[in-house]
Amino acid sequence: MNRALDILTVVAVSAGAFFFMAGTIGLLRFPDTLTRLHALTKVDNLGLGLIVLGLSPHAGGSLGVLKLVSVWLLVQLSGAIVAQLIAGKVRQSGPHA
Amino acid sequence: MTVALAFEIGLAALLLAIAAWTITARDAFTAVVVFVIYGLLLAIAWVDLSAVDIALTEATIGSGLTGVLLLGAAARLRTIAAPAVERPSKSLRVGAALLSAIVAVALAGVVLFLPDPAPTLAPAAAANAVATGLDNPITNVLMAFRAMDTMLEKVVLLLALIGVWSLVPDRLWDERVSVERNGPRRPTDRDDMLVFLARLLPPVGIVVGLYILLAGANNPGGAFQAGTILAAMWLLVLMAGLADPPPLSRRWLRLVLVAGPAVFLIVGLGGLWLGSAFLAYPVAFAKPLILVIECAMTLTIAATLGLLAGAPERGAER
Repeated sequence: MNRALDILTVVAVSAGAFFFMAGTIGLLRFPDTLTRLHALTKVDNLGLGLIVLGLSPHAGGSLGVLKLVSVWLLVQLSGAIVAQLIAGKVRQSGPHA
Repeated sequence: MTVALAFEIGLAALLLAIAAWTITARDAFTAVVVFVIYGLLLAIAWVDLSAVDIALTEATIGSGLTGVLLLGAAARLRTIAAPAVERPSKSLRVGAALLSAIVAVALAGVVLFLPDPAPTLAPAAAANAVATGLDNPITNVLMAFRAMDTMLEKVVLLLALIGVWSLVPDRLWDERVSVERNGPRRPTDRDDMLVFLARLLPPVGIVVGLYILLAGANNPGGAFQAGTILAAMWLLVLMAGLADPPPLSRRWLRLVLVAGPAVFLIVGLGGLWLGSAFLAYPVAFAKPLILVIECAMTLTIAATLGLLAGAPERGAER
């Protein structure tokens, strides 16, 4: 059982780290603000979600898991809204303002 | 080389690079954004050094609240037409560079030639932790062993706010300031997403803030971090236009602003009268007294920081 949980941790955290890397490359390489936002939202949702999933077997009980999941939800909330705010500004004032 | 060491070296290199970027950035807005990132990374470094209290303070105040203040300043600077800045003369620049280099070398020398082991009061503070009944050594130091410093810090915060207020035009003194502050802001101008966030987040943030205040007795946390989180929630509501900042002349507002230092001072004088010295807590009541002071301080800090970051500006006069 423990071995299985460890494998889950390694796989999930690695996958999360991969999404963070992909998102960062997207942030650096994509041509304009909207596509860069698109790359970043994947990092928030999937990357952090996978890392939280991977860490939860080691979070020390259900309270720890609850804390990790709340962090993930809060980051998702703020990330999604900040992305909306930035995208709204871009739509108002053009991509190069 | 272990993974942890590699991480630490990488983090330190990143911090130095970002610090250099903050200084060399041409644009004020860029510099502020990079400064906020710097603060967040610094918080990670503090966590890595097991100084979670400092990490919380750095993340909330050093990065968060200072970031809001600086962003506001950068935005206001942008609207003012940049006056033709005279370039300082060459001798002045060389002199400034020399002075900075001397300070840097002196600091490096001080750090490199620290006695080993470094002088520390940590064992003494840990040994006397029983006296207050609190388990968090940082709170012990802040609220008991060096209570005088903490009290005076709060007074300084109040003085800063008075300094900002003294720049407020007379006209704004008594009115609702939000209209003047943010320009014509009608409900239709509101950003729906920001309003949504300002409705959803404050309940969570207030719970987190109160938790950090109460946890500060035995775990990392305390009045300053809690007050900053509450201030941030208030600022969010103000920015979304869901509430107006209170008129500065309100009596309750001023009572809240002095509550922290006042309670601290009263308890301190009580120590002079009942106990042995100024700010000496009676041993039996040390913990409840400290908690009362911390609660009052949290309110004061939240109000002061909120008003500092959301202060009506001088430029609103035009």
